Amino acid sequence: MRTFAIMRRVLKEMMRDKRSLALMFLAPILVLWLMSVIFTANSTTSVKIGTVGVTTSVSTNLDQVKHISVHHYVSQKKAKQALKADKIDSIIHKTGDDYSLTYANTDSSKTSATRMAFKTALTQANINQMKLQLGVAHQTIGKLQKTLPAPVQKRLQSQMPKQKKATAPQITNHYVYGDSNTGFFDKMLPILMGFFVFFFVFLISGMALLKERTSGTLSRLLATPVKRYEIVFGYMASYGILAIFQTIIIVMATIWLLGIEVVGNVLNIIVINLILALVALAFGILLSTFANSEFQMVQFIPVVIIPQIFFSGIIPMDSMASWIKDISYIIPIKYSGDAVTGIMMQGKNLSSFGLDIGVLLIFLVVLTFLNVRGLKRYRKV
Amino acid sequence: MADAVIDLKHLVKKFGKQTVLEDVNLTVMKKQIVGLIGPSGAGKSTVIKTALGMEVADGGSATVFGQVMPKRKLLARIGYMAQTDALYDSLSGRENLKFFAEMKGIKKTELGESIDHVSSVVDLQDDLDKRVSGYSGGMMRRLSLAIALLGNPELLVLDEPTVGIDPALRRQIWQELDAIRDEGRSILITTHVMDEAELTDKVALLLGGKVIAFDEPVALKTQYRVDSIENVFLKAEGEFK
Repeated sequence: MRTFAIMRRVLKEMMRDKRSLALMFLAPILVLWLMSVIFTANSTTSVKIGTVGVTTSVSTNLDQVKHISVHHYVSQKKAKQALKADKIDSIIHKTGDDYSLTYANTDSSKTSATRMAFKTALTQANINQMKLQLGVAHQTIGKLQKTLPAPVQKRLQSQMPKQKKATAPQITNHYVYGDSNTGFFDKMLPILMGFFVFFFVFLISGMALLKERTSGTLSRLLATPVKRYEIVFGYMASYGILAIFQTIIIVMATIWLLGIEVVGNVLNIIVINLILALVALAFGILLSTFANSEFQMVQFIPVVIIPQIFFSGIIPMDSMASWIKDISYIIPIKYSGDAVTGIMMQGKNLSSFGLDIGVLLIFLVVLTFLNVRGLKRYRKV
Repeated sequence: MADAVIDLKHLVKKFGKQTVLEDVNLTVMKKQIVGLIGPSGAGKSTVIKTALGMEVADGGSATVFGQVMPKRKLLARIGYMAQTDALYDSLSGRENLKFFAEMKGIKKTELGESIDHVSSVVDLQDDLDKRVSGYSGGMMRRLSLAIALLGNPELLVLDEPTVGIDPALRRQIWQELDAIRDEGRSILITTHVMDEAELTDKVALLLGGKVIAFDEPVALKTQYRVDSIENVFLKAEGEFK
């Protein structure tokens, strides 16, 4: 009963704070849209390579590689000047049989693009060389065969494998999720979605409880026969409702505005994000007890929130040291990210994420318990 | 004492190494207004918080309605008004009252009547539907008092209730407090305004963590051979140093 009264009050207060409400609902959409624009535009980097003394076959091959353009320079000096003037991104210089490569290296993606392109071009050139030599060898063999006596020629021909006409194999791409435009952003999205829910619920609920404490309303509340858990549950109920709406809006924006494919059930995504929001709420309330002002609450963002992004799975963890991987096990967003990724991209059911949901629920129960206990600081019963 | 509503015996309260209350003895009887006066920092609020069970005594005992505090259920019978106004700014006066009434467990059927009554006591009927953020300091204080009055509690604990309230309204509030006392309820009130202390049935003077004087205002004045509580206060403070 009191839980509902607290929930109604918190919701009413939130509804009247139009700015925070707009922040919660519009900011994620704005950021997601910006990210989608930036990450899709950034996937093609064009590289300009300067060559000095490189054979035409290699440089033509280089030129054929996508997003690479080749400029010839007469001397190493001229090329270096161009590199300094930012006209080209790297130099390939051939002396004798050896190549030396110089990179501007101001953009590591361009450096690796050059490296890749050069390798491809060189291999291509080698293959062409070999083909040429093979052709010559073939002709020589043919000539030699003709000088042989007729019976031997016949036997040889029957033994020779039938030469097929060499054709390039056709490559067809099939995508289980999305299409050829699916990129890094699509992988990030399920995790980002959780991040927004976590971030805003954490911050706004933490602030709300902090205000309740500093304004004295918490003491006043605790001077009534309200039970401590009723306060915590009241907050959970109200922020849970808020998180549901936030998730719905983010998912809608994802589907309609960004045109990203959601394979699984949207309801499942909402369930996961709701649990995550409750964890964030409990976390926010807990940490707000360690803050004495709203500014101190904001100080938790770099300490608590930002590291969550690093360990959430946006950056692949597979290649990291094992102790770093271990840190990710205490990051709530990792679990929601795993689950929402599975639902969004593979269309899995909630039941396949029993472990993830279980861990999130453990977080929730422990933090809630700590919060109910923590209120003892303000009233001893 | 059968009729004691609040009974503090040898109360000791420490915050870390600092001893705020050394030995506080204070009794509030049924049908009595007790004023608690003392210089700022004397621990008046601490006495109140311990009596309400927000703090636990390090020694001695705090008994309210014959039961040792802290006890959550007893809080339903106490109306508390803190020094800070402690209101929800974005809600209207009525919404604040309704919320705290629900917290106190007042029945839905009595809710409207109770809100009407307390708001008329503090003269806020016309401003009930405005948001608290638009209230003046005095209006907030009055709303805060109205919240404490909700549900006709048997005991009122008021921490500096009349700060920032106009003289006319202050008189009206004291009339209401007298009426509450005459109904058989009890009030513990802290104040800085010494002529308000004259209006109480008994005055407790808190100094150095102890109640150094606890008697009727008239008796105190005779004891210290002065003509007002203000002079009692000054004299007691002077002797203490």
